[in-house]
Amino acid sequence: MTNELDIFVGNTTLIDEDVYRLWLDGYSVSDAVGLRVRSGILEQTGATAGVLQSDTMDHYRTFHMLERLLHTPPKLLHQLVFQIPPSRQALLIERYYAFDEAFVREVLGKKLSKGTKKDLDDISTKTGVTLKSCRRQFDNFKRVFKVVEEMRGSLAGNIQQHFLLSDRLARDYAAVVFFANNRFETGKKKLQYLTFGDLAFCAELMIQNWTPGAVDSQVDDMDVDLDKEFLQDLKELKVLVADKDLLDLHKSLVCTALRGKLSVFPEMEANFKNLSRGLVNIASKLTHTKDVRDLFVDLVEKAPGPLGSLHGHAAQLPPAHVPRLRPRSPDARPACPLLGPAAKGGGGRGIPGQPRSSPPRSARSPGPGARTSRPQPPSAPGRLPPGPGSGPSCPVEWGGGGTGSRAGQGNPAPRGRS
Amino acid sequence: MPGKLKVKIVAGRHLPVMDRASDLTDAFVEVKFGNMTFKTDVYHKSLNPQWNSEWFKFEVDDEDLQDEPLQITVLDHDTYSANDAIGKVYIDIDPLLYSEAATVISGWFPIYDTIHGIRGEINVVVKVDLFNDLNRFRQSSCGVKFFCTTSIPKCYRAVIIHGFVEELVVNEDPEYQWIDRIRTPRASNEARQRLISLMSGELQRKIGLKVLEMRGNAVVGYLQCFDLEGESGLVVRAIGTACTLDKLSSTAAFLPACNSPSKEMKEIPFNEDPNPNTHSSGPSTPLKNQTYSFSPSKSYSRQSSSSDTDLSLTPKTGMGSGSAGKEGGPFKALLRQQTQSALEQREFPFFTLTAFPPGFLVHVGGVVSARSVKLLDRIHNPDEPETRDAWWAEIRQEIKSHAKALGCHAVVGYSESTSICEEVCILSASGTAAVLNPRFLQDGTVEGCLEQRQEENLPAGCGFCHIPYDELNMPFPAHLTYCYSCRKQKVPDVLFTTIDLPTDATVIGKGCLIQARLCRLKKKAQAEANATAISNLLPFMEYEVHTQLMNKLKLKGMNALFGLRIQITVGENMLMGLASATGVYLTALPTPGGIQIAGKTPNDGSYEQHISHMQKKINDTIAKNKELYEINPPEIPEEIIGSPIPEPRQRSRLLRSQSESSDEVIELDLSHGKKDAFVLEIDDTDAMEDVHSLLTDVPPPSGFYSCNTEIMPGINNWTSEIQMFTSVRVSRLSNINLTNQTLNKNFNDLCENLLKSLYFKLRSMIPCCLCHVNFTVSLPEDELIQVTVTAVAITFDKHQAVQTTKTHVEKSLQRASTDNEELLQFPLELCTDSLGPHPFSPAKEHLESASSNSGIPAAQRAVSVEKASPLTEGHFRQRSAPACANSTVGVVKMTPLSFIPGAKITKYLGIINMFFIRETTSLREEGGVSGFLHAFIAEVFAMVRAHVAALGGNAVVSYIMKQCVFMENPNKNQAQCLINVSGDAVIFVRESELEIMSTQQPIASCQPACGGGEIAT
Repeated sequence: MTNELDIFVGNTTLIDEDVYRLWLDGYSVSDAVGLRVRSGILEQTGATAGVLQSDTMDHYRTFHMLERLLHTPPKLLHQLVFQIPPSRQALLIERYYAFDEAFVREVLGKKLSKGTKKDLDDISTKTGVTLKSCRRQFDNFKRVFKVVEEMRGSLAGNIQQHFLLSDRLARDYAAVVFFANNRFETGKKKLQYLTFGDLAFCAELMIQNWTPGAVDSQVDDMDVDLDKEFLQDLKELKVLVADKDLLDLHKSLVCTALRGKLSVFPEMEANFKNLSRGLVNIASKLTHTKDVRDLFVDLVEKAPGPLGSLHGHAAQLPPAHVPRLRPRSPDARPACPLLGPAAKGGGGRGIPGQPRSSPPRSARSPGPGARTSRPQPPSAPGRLPPGPGSGPSCPVEWGGGGTGSRAGQGNPAPRGRS
Repeated sequence: MPGKLKVKIVAGRHLPVMDRASDLTDAFVEVKFGNMTFKTDVYHKSLNPQWNSEWFKFEVDDEDLQDEPLQITVLDHDTYSANDAIGKVYIDIDPLLYSEAATVISGWFPIYDTIHGIRGEINVVVKVDLFNDLNRFRQSSCGVKFFCTTSIPKCYRAVIIHGFVEELVVNEDPEYQWIDRIRTPRASNEARQRLISLMSGELQRKIGLKVLEMRGNAVVGYLQCFDLEGESGLVVRAIGTACTLDKLSSTAAFLPACNSPSKEMKEIPFNEDPNPNTHSSGPSTPLKNQTYSFSPSKSYSRQSSSSDTDLSLTPKTGMGSGSAGKEGGPFKALLRQQTQSALEQREFPFFTLTAFPPGFLVHVGGVVSARSVKLLDRIHNPDEPETRDAWWAEIRQEIKSHAKALGCHAVVGYSESTSICEEVCILSASGTAAVLNPRFLQDGTVEGCLEQRQEENLPAGCGFCHIPYDELNMPFPAHLTYCYSCRKQKVPDVLFTTIDLPTDATVIGKGCLIQARLCRLKKKAQAEANATAISNLLPFMEYEVHTQLMNKLKLKGMNALFGLRIQITVGENMLMGLASATGVYLTALPTPGGIQIAGKTPNDGSYEQHISHMQKKINDTIAKNKELYEINPPEIPEEIIGSPIPEPRQRSRLLRSQSESSDEVIELDLSHGKKDAFVLEIDDTDAMEDVHSLLTDVPPPSGFYSCNTEIMPGINNWTSEIQMFTSVRVSRLSNINLTNQTLNKNFNDLCENLLKSLYFKLRSMIPCCLCHVNFTVSLPEDELIQVTVTAVAITFDKHQAVQTTKTHVEKSLQRASTDNEELLQFPLELCTDSLGPHPFSPAKEHLESASSNSGIPAAQRAVSVEKASPLTEGHFRQRSAPACANSTVGVVKMTPLSFIPGAKITKYLGIINMFFIRETTSLREEGGVSGFLHAFIAEVFAMVRAHVAALGGNAVVSYIMKQCVFMENPNKNQAQCLINVSGDAVIFVRESELEIMSTQQPIASCQPACGGGEIAT
């Protein structure tokens, strides 16, 4: 005797979180049943395998029906077919849009096209994430990208509004969209040591400081593209290397700002010229799309410095700092973006002491030497290195406090105008 | 010209894309009532059109208002070809026709298409201006209230219970008309849906007229069914109980005294226990009782409720003026005379109620049932209702005579059903024979002294168990003893009924769901031969079902069945019987003896051993069950002599012997002469199977209870979480070697596995009880068995047993204060929640606060956002409740019970009676049969909820899925399903809110937020 039809429909839709996870992870019904059996649920509840099979099928069917709605989360809130308590709705959405670190590192910066989708099998094999799950994550990226691509207003805000994600997840998606749009190369072997958190942190700073939205909050694509004008202006930074006086002035300004706040201060000071040159060279080339894409590669490869040997070798750092460098929690993520380059960049240009005390975006005060016009080279130190304060050079500022919100922290350098 | 219907189409949302080119839709709406149609403008290129139409006004007869549904069709405008239909909404405007119910229907309705399911929603406002019509010859019955609830609705008081009303209408089934060959499935389905909607309207109107004739104003226990007879037509029939109801004043309704019935029944006696002075004059002042009138919800003055207790406390304070033993006889006779006169005027003294006002039910005789097999193709005039009317009249007559034989003049808990297979139709009716108190049946004039005394003398809690029939002239062999609680009257050894457990009955331990399942093969045959074969099988099935029930009852150590429902289903090549009931241990009835197994060949040693092994197993099971259901009756010294039954009468293999006392069952020895056991004689393998099957029923996992009555006997501390569900299984039998045994086993497994699945699914609610478990079996095809279950899971508090000493006031105060504390603990959240426009922010806040409270280091906290959610789920469920208030979709609870635990129903908004057809020609694409039906049932729930919400309600009580006919043709990739559901739309208010409202004015503003939350279960 076989069951041809076997369903259970509750007035309140039953959602089993464990099964939801298995479904999201892309397991087939039989695999999911196997995994559940192994979890010892049969012994706990005294159920039979048949019961478990039927239960799993039922949940999978429900999730399958819900999936259509999860593609546009506001619909899930307004639909009438499934009565789900709001806390559960939030959980469904949040989990559906969550992604795997391993997967996102593979896709970050790639064009979200059919071509990439075809490569998902390889990514699946490489990362150990099931193909089904890869597809869902990829489709999520693509869907979010399509919706917010051409929208006005804050990128993370738009994502949050249209997909009802948590603040944290919305900002991660903003990073994904930003990377995908600018096609930053992140897959090179040299960059492998960077976590998604590191890159997302950079993305956030770049969105805050390098996009048209940083200057005008009412333009199209404000948070998605880099500000062309700004990149053009960066060319003028060459003067910092070419002109000895300016170089010295720059050095003294930076050193004054960083003295006592950087553990690698002496090295930075000694190598200031090299550091500065490397960074300025990268900055001045950013008008070329190709170079924009290679930004992160260049930062790692071409920005030389005393910390160069530490690239990608977090373990070699003083042990006391290591725990703070690892992304322990989303809030702690900023601890290690662009381990090496950021340090160097930060050493050279950033104002590491600034981050925590810097006012939030809305109340930005002019930085040192700020002018009311487009920031001129000496006055724009903060704009170049995305995460100056976050390198290993100043872990004290970053690792210690996880309580502050990122909005306040992630604004390392005041823009030249308000 | 007595009514003006006004309709406004406001907006649509989430419409499907109808124009592939633009990915948009040019939607407009047709509003049709009767023959009049209005149209809105076309709203171009939008999936969320804002029509904001004018008020469409229909001036119509109230007769039409009752019959016709309002039809709203959403279409996609197409300049060049015919407009495409997106879907329809049928709105039953009946609730707007009575003064006390809803005044406006307004809300979002799912747009439903019989092929595609729900396709977006439409916002509609409907109003009715009704003019008074004093025409005596009117054909309408506006104003008669209908309730599906099979007890007196909570905020009403029964003045008179008039009695049985029934009606039946017939029409040609559109699916079988010639035109069906040329029209689309959609058109055919819609014709059918419309017709049934029209027929139910007509039926309800006609019943209403009958009620008005009886001078009633309401129908309670209204049960409407469809018979899809096929070629011979489509029958819609309904039965109900006509009543005159009085609405309880709203001030009383807000007193904390109003409770869910479970509490009521416990608390009323306790209320009075600490101060027995109040009834010192009790029995001696019959005058006092004159003012006293019953209603299920005790919401009148203190005075009258104290007189309630006079009744219930009489046994404790002594027998008053005389012992019922002496006076019982003459009283009974007089009573009978009086009631007889009251009931004799009625053709059928039937009541569809299953729960009654206290004092209404005097004695219960037992279950009466009648079945009859009919051939549908022999109906002379299929389009006229006469033949069916005659059939039913015949059956009712039989029921009536059965009841008479039991010495009863009425039948309560009455229901009717049919099972149709091809041209054969089994009509069934069943109920419980009973003696009723006539006071409720007539106008108040008959309230005489006699009755009062009768009431006083009847000991509460056991009166209904006393036999109504003559001891010397028993209609069936039964074993009588003196009542175990009053010791004055005779009671039977077991009691089967179709009603709910009376609230004043005293039980020991908890109840449990008991099912008897049975299959019988039959030869495929045509017409007459087929009907004869079925008729011949029926008595055997009934007998075996009864035996199974009896055995299982004994095995559980219980002595009474409530809510018994026996369903016999006919298929092409088999008959199925499924009986469900709730077993309980009534203190008034004798302790059931054990079950003894008797071997047929006592000399065979190994056989003997086997038998004794079985016996031991059975005894162990009984002992285990007694422990499980907490059945530990006090040992009563045996002093009474049961009326001797001449000889232990042998009924085939079933021997019934004297059952006098019960020593521990485990001590039972195997001596055949032992007198207290129920003997099962094993003489062949069949019997062996039976015994085995007895032992295969597994009890539910710990923390779970189940019953098919409204409330679980022995549990009364319900908490507010409820989950109503429907589960459907269709099983295919392997065709080889179908024997009765394998069939039985398969069917048994199917039901058992289904139950197991339910227990597993709902494990997160433990401790909980499945209430009103309603199994329906159908045989859609040769080898297919379909089982549909609808039930509600209710959580209860295991630890907080109801404290007997605490008075209600204390308790409510306490509850109010704890509620208050809880509220104050999160005052900020409540406020922010109600302000925050974003529905998700609250949940997050809770999470954050929860994790920060729990002292997780700040650095780690944030990463745990995702991980934390399962951990803090407990918090989620409780604390995040207020978030609901922000949700745009209001929560609507559904329950098959007549009440909502922990809440007070403040208003009945009208009956919900909906019929849907869904068909698909792309079965595989929709996820196969399971996917198809799952989606459909979810949609049906959604449509019911939407209608309730539009009426302004927040729950459906007495919800029932009366029909779920599923047909598939996988080869053609097709499937079709018909579902009929009904229930009462209500507004309920949480008791905690009621209390806070009265005690905690300052934070009253937070009420809505918290209330909205609590509904979210």
